[in-house]
Amino acid sequence: MKIVVCIKQVPDTAEVKLDPKTGTLIRDGVPSIINHDDRAGLEAALQLRERVGGTVTVVCMGPPQADVALREALAMGADDAYLLSAREFGGSDTYATATIIATALKKIGFDLVITGRQAIDGDTAQVGPQIGEQLRLPQVSYAEELDVDGDYIFVKRQFEDSAHVLKVKMPCLVTALSELCEPRYMSVRGIVDAYEKTVTVWGFDDLKNDLNPEWIGLKGSPTNVFQSFGKKMRDPGTLLKDLTADQAVEAIMEKLIERHII
Amino acid sequence: MDFKLDKSHQLQQQLFRSFAENEVRPLAKEMDENETYDLGLLSKLQKYGFLGIPYAKEYGGCGSDTLAYTLCMEEVSKVDASTGIAISVHTSLCCSCINNFGTEEQKQKYLRPLIDGSKVGCFGLTETNAGSDVQGAQTVAVKDGNDWILNGSKIFTTNAGFADTCVVFALTDRTVPASKGLTAFIVDLKEMPGITVSDNIERMGIRAASNCIVTYENVRVPADRVLGPMGKGFKIAMGALDCGRIGIAAQAVGIAQGALNEAIKYGKERKQFGKSINSFQNTQFKMAEMQTKIDAARLMTWRAAIAEDNHEVFGPLAAMAKLFASDVANEVTRFAVQAMGGYGYCREYPVERMMRDAKITEIYEGTSEVMKMVISGSMKLK
Ligand SMILES: Cc1cc2nc3c(=O)[nH]c(=O)nc-3n(C[C@H](O)[C@H](O)[C@H](O)COP(=O)(O)OP(=O)(O)OC[C@H]3O[C@@H](n4cnc5c(N)ncnc54)[C@H](O)[C@@H]3O)c2cc1C
Ligand SMILES: Cc1cc2nc3c(=O)[nH]c(=O)nc-3n(C[C@H](O)[C@H](O)[C@H](O)COP(=O)(O)OP(=O)(O)OC[C@H]3O[C@@H](n4cnc5c(N)ncnc54)[C@H](O)[C@@H]3O)c2cc1C
Repeated sequence: MKIVVCIKQVPDTAEVKLDPKTGTLIRDGVPSIINHDDRAGLEAALQLRERVGGTVTVVCMGPPQADVALREALAMGADDAYLLSAREFGGSDTYATATIIATALKKIGFDLVITGRQAIDGDTAQVGPQIGEQLRLPQVSYAEELDVDGDYIFVKRQFEDSAHVLKVKMPCLVTALSELCEPRYMSVRGIVDAYEKTVTVWGFDDLKNDLNPEWIGLKGSPTNVFQSFGKKMRDPGTLLKDLTADQAVEAIMEKLIERHII
Repeated sequence: MDFKLDKSHQLQQQLFRSFAENEVRPLAKEMDENETYDLGLLSKLQKYGFLGIPYAKEYGGCGSDTLAYTLCMEEVSKVDASTGIAISVHTSLCCSCINNFGTEEQKQKYLRPLIDGSKVGCFGLTETNAGSDVQGAQTVAVKDGNDWILNGSKIFTTNAGFADTCVVFALTDRTVPASKGLTAFIVDLKEMPGITVSDNIERMGIRAASNCIVTYENVRVPADRVLGPMGKGFKIAMGALDCGRIGIAAQAVGIAQGALNEAIKYGKERKQFGKSINSFQNTQFKMAEMQTKIDAARLMTWRAAIAEDNHEVFGPLAAMAKLFASDVANEVTRFAVQAMGGYGYCREYPVERMMRDAKITEIYEGTSEVMKMVISGSMKLK
């Protein structure tokens, strides 16, 4: 079975701050990590490979520095890695991102594609489903359990108050929740091996036969971030403690009258 | 010359750090209080390759290097020095002897399981009458047919409580000084009849580490377990200690950095005289001084490690790194307790443990006085 996992390199939001003026992320000096959902998806892929055999390939679109995210995935146990990196890809929105990744996936080949549900920076949860649509694949989002039997996968899909178990014929696409799997650590030997392997880098020229330049990058993106801003924190409420029921009623009434609500 | 770690080392450091934070830190206090090492943690260390870092892949190791091993020692010792010594004695003392002096067959048979994560090793040199001065060694090995019969007792054998394999040193020739009469043997602590491992020796620090008296009573050791040439035990042991000192220096750097980090975190929150104690210039200047010393100790440690990786003479460099780093660890941990006041002295916070743990780095694998002998010995003073 050939599994391809899409991983995005994101800033570690635990350490990220918003620029109060522009409302955008301050990325300088913030460590980059593999998006949480994607690491869970990778772990699921590695476990499937351990059970039924096959290979796990990781794909990342990003700047050259995203190489380290792919090395980390290799050090966890992925077999090979592709970095999609080109000036032409810069400024892509989710649609253009999905177009580029889908094109690469066609070239790589797969039985099962796993993406994360959502990236912790862009946060749209659109790229996975868009890749699925562009490749005309059946897809299951919000996977919290994943198993395989012959040509079929079984996915438990999370809903707010319930869950569905779906049986889907491969090839297909799944978007993974962080809850899907607890990712393993890299191993020391895995890291040494990862730096002895090659990460295949594909630029625009490598994909151009199947890629319309009008559909990628800034000019190929139907959406544009028009403005982004942080939210103002509201003042905390007043806590009235240790009052009897009567005192509480009186205190509330007093406030309501004071504010001319009644 | 480049003082920046390359990408592979950076990623290894990231692994060591996150493993130490998530797996080791939560257990450190409890292990210290119970004076027992958590064997579940030990098997995780094995699983992720922490016990075979600088050894070749062809024997089951990770194929990394001594520099990466110091990064590991620093990161784990930042949160728990006992984990540091378990890794160090196994890697530097036990495995290096077999790696450097074992025959091909011995490496396949004894080194492989140690570095691929199936077995744990220890090192028995010190005796009650032979500490800094090996000449007092009394453990003997007498030839019997093709085998050797071992008798004697080794004190302070780290890891002995759970280790499988021990490199032990015994006199095979009592007519010459120990430096010429000692021979190294590879023994199975758990399987060979006649070996007794004592309870843990009660200690001031690194209390989670296993550290025992191992008694050998008519232990029959087959000839294929003689490690290196007959009578070369002293040389083998000293070579291993040279490697080990790099690990102890890194352990000391880790203890120091771990304690300083705790003090910095605490001092940001703690308010006296209307401001955080980190806003007092005295605290800031002390912290600047401590960080400078830690950085110097780290660079000395890396220098010794890189020299070993490059197959250069590194013994005196390792001794200097250990001498300096162990002193820094004691100074910084004492400062950290002071900077945190009464809370630093309490067991709720880890710095009192770190202060207790720091002391051993000036004692084992050669005391600071012995380090000065090694360093001055290399200076052509006479
Ligand atoms: C320079 C720049 C300009 C941008 N301009 C715009 C813009 O004009 N308009 C706009 O809407 N957005 C823009 N973006 C944001 C960009 O669209 C999104 O970051 C990107 O499409 C991914 O969307 P997301 O973060 O919401 O991922 P999600 O859809 O939340 O991610 C879901 C999953 O898809 C996969 N995935 C997502 N991205 C990648 C990737 N790069 N490589 C591999 N797998 C991936 C992962 O598995 C991930 O878990 C810009 C980004 C950059 C860096
Ligand atoms: C927790 C722990 C773990 C250990 N682990 C191991 C292990 O795994 N394997 C192993 O073989 N050993 C181990 N040791 C032993 C350790 O290496 C010795 O304790 C150390 O070498 C010092 O020997 P000693 O304790 O006999 O002290 P001594 O040699 O008796 O020294 C006492 C003091 O005298 C000083 N001194 C001695 N000679 C001189 C001199 N010529 N000039 C100036 N000063 C001198 C010393 O520096 C020291 O301050 C361990 C010890 C401890 C406490």
